[in-house]
Amino acid sequence: MVPGIMKQILATILAAGAGLVLAASAASAHPHVWVVAKSSVVYAPDGSIVGVRHSWAFDDMYSTFATQGLEQKTKGEFTREELQPLAQVNVESLKEYDFFTFAKLDGKKAVFAEPTDYSLEFSSKESVLTLHFMLPLKAPVKAKAVSFEVFDPSYFVDFQFAEKDAAALVGAPAGCEVNLGKPQEMTREMARQLAEIPPGQQIPENSYGAAFANKIQVKCP
Amino acid sequence: MSLTKTAEGRVVVALVLVAAAMWLAAGHLDVALAQAANPFGGPKAPAAAPPPSDGLIGWMFAKQAEFYRDMSRVIRSAKTDGSAVWTLLGISFIYGIFHAAGPGHGKAVISSYLVANEETWRRGVILSFASALLQAIVAVAIVGIAAALLNATAGQMCSAERVIELVSYALIALVGVRLIWVKGKGFISTARGMSRPLHAVGAAVTPPHDHKHHDHKHDDPGHDHHRGHDHAHHDHAHGHGHHHHHHDHDEHASAWGHAHGPEPEELAGPGGWQRGLSAIVAVGLRPCSGAIIVLVFALAQGLFWAGVAATFVMGLGTAITVALIATLAVAFRSAAKQLAGSRSGYGMLMLRGIEVGAAVLVLAFGVLLLSGYLAAERGACF
Repeated sequence: MVPGIMKQILATILAAGAGLVLAASAASAHPHVWVVAKSSVVYAPDGSIVGVRHSWAFDDMYSTFATQGLEQKTKGEFTREELQPLAQVNVESLKEYDFFTFAKLDGKKAVFAEPTDYSLEFSSKESVLTLHFMLPLKAPVKAKAVSFEVFDPSYFVDFQFAEKDAAALVGAPAGCEVNLGKPQEMTREMARQLAEIPPGQQIPENSYGAAFANKIQVKCP
Repeated sequence: MSLTKTAEGRVVVALVLVAAAMWLAAGHLDVALAQAANPFGGPKAPAAAPPPSDGLIGWMFAKQAEFYRDMSRVIRSAKTDGSAVWTLLGISFIYGIFHAAGPGHGKAVISSYLVANEETWRRGVILSFASALLQAIVAVAIVGIAAALLNATAGQMCSAERVIELVSYALIALVGVRLIWVKGKGFISTARGMSRPLHAVGAAVTPPHDHKHHDHKHDDPGHDHHRGHDHAHHDHAHGHGHHHHHHDHDEHASAWGHAHGPEPEELAGPGGWQRGLSAIVAVGLRPCSGAIIVLVFALAQGLFWAGVAATFVMGLGTAITVALIATLAVAFRSAAKQLAGSRSGYGMLMLRGIEVGAAVLVLAFGVLLLSGYLAAERGACF
């Protein structure tokens, strides 16, 4: 027979064990790919937004991995043409991840079409592969406020905006301004609020994932 | 059974239930986090966002990313400075420890397997190390054969990885099915045994049972008192009727059902290394994407051997984390057993129930991974 005190001790041990497992699981997400991103919002002559143009530079380990076994004329160098099939595979697979691009136009979720005008560029000096592609909206939209984020919700890919010239506007109407928001640090207050969200409930917008994302905001008069 | 005893039994059952719920929740969190790999597809898991950047977890998380990034720099410098290899190994080891906390690496599957199969912590640790070792071997084999020998592309390696992945998931599901079969039988006979009066069951069920002692040396009743939780006898095939000898707490031997229903040890039956091997292969077959990327990078730098060494050291670190979590799972099970063991009936049934639950979990992992609903860890290609 187990005395009452023993039961309590056992229950405490169990709780502690479960807590440890939870803590370990919380450290789950871990990136294997690092991307330094530059993005610009592209406008049509009539002032409507056509889409987003991305330039994503991959880290050297992933770049080396991705180019492994590709045919090359000059060792250590890859031409655009040699990399084109890989670029196609990249943009095609990106679809599954919503191109890691989550945009809002005047508060409405943007829908993107298939990427166009894509290419890969290899810098042999740093062994860095850069993916360029245009991500057009399904239909051009006129919007005064644009906000978009580039991030991987599962955090397999770590996106960071470049130190310089990370966000730009192409052909934007006069008076439009672009701002770059860096990922913010989680505060204790945020952690507390998040902890109170019941399981299964949708997270209030802009409260969590977006807070850590690289956010570009455009405001037009 | 007196009234007070029934009340106590309920407390125990409640405690075990709470513990089971906590453990299952922990397992599901793993699942929930892994689901996040599917952006906006399937149910959204609140826990699926990047972890906080403060506190111990945040620190671990930041360190892990730092170590991985350091590897590229260290491998480069190892080309000219041989001593950098030692730094690489150190980084790989620590990275492995942190990294294994992430999805994949078989933590959830191994833990569920251990709980369902009533394994000892020692076997849990060995299982963890063996599967991590196999993971490292598979990663080295893929890159060594595909990239180094055949000069395959990343895409081709990813295809190979995907095939291996599917085989691994199918094996996990199979291990789950086998466990459910064995454990389900145990649960049902325990439930049946409960519906019959104790003494009658003892009389009715005992005769058909095998009372021969086989090759056991259990003739001395006091013999196993010192063994505690070391289930060394699991490795022997044995029949019913030995519980007086190999029981952990003999004074409660009757609580284990005294010949009504099968003996837990018999049903548990880790079944020697053959069955353990199936779990090791199922879990260890799938290599870690990070290891493959590091290996290809090392190969490109002309330092494949350094990459191989790093992969194995990484595996060692991974094994430590997985073994730790596996040990927790086994400790939980032992605690539940201790609670259940002090009571007849419900406690026992609960224990059997937990085992069936864990077995179902193993099958669920296999099926969900196989169907792509659950992503263990994204392949190196995207």
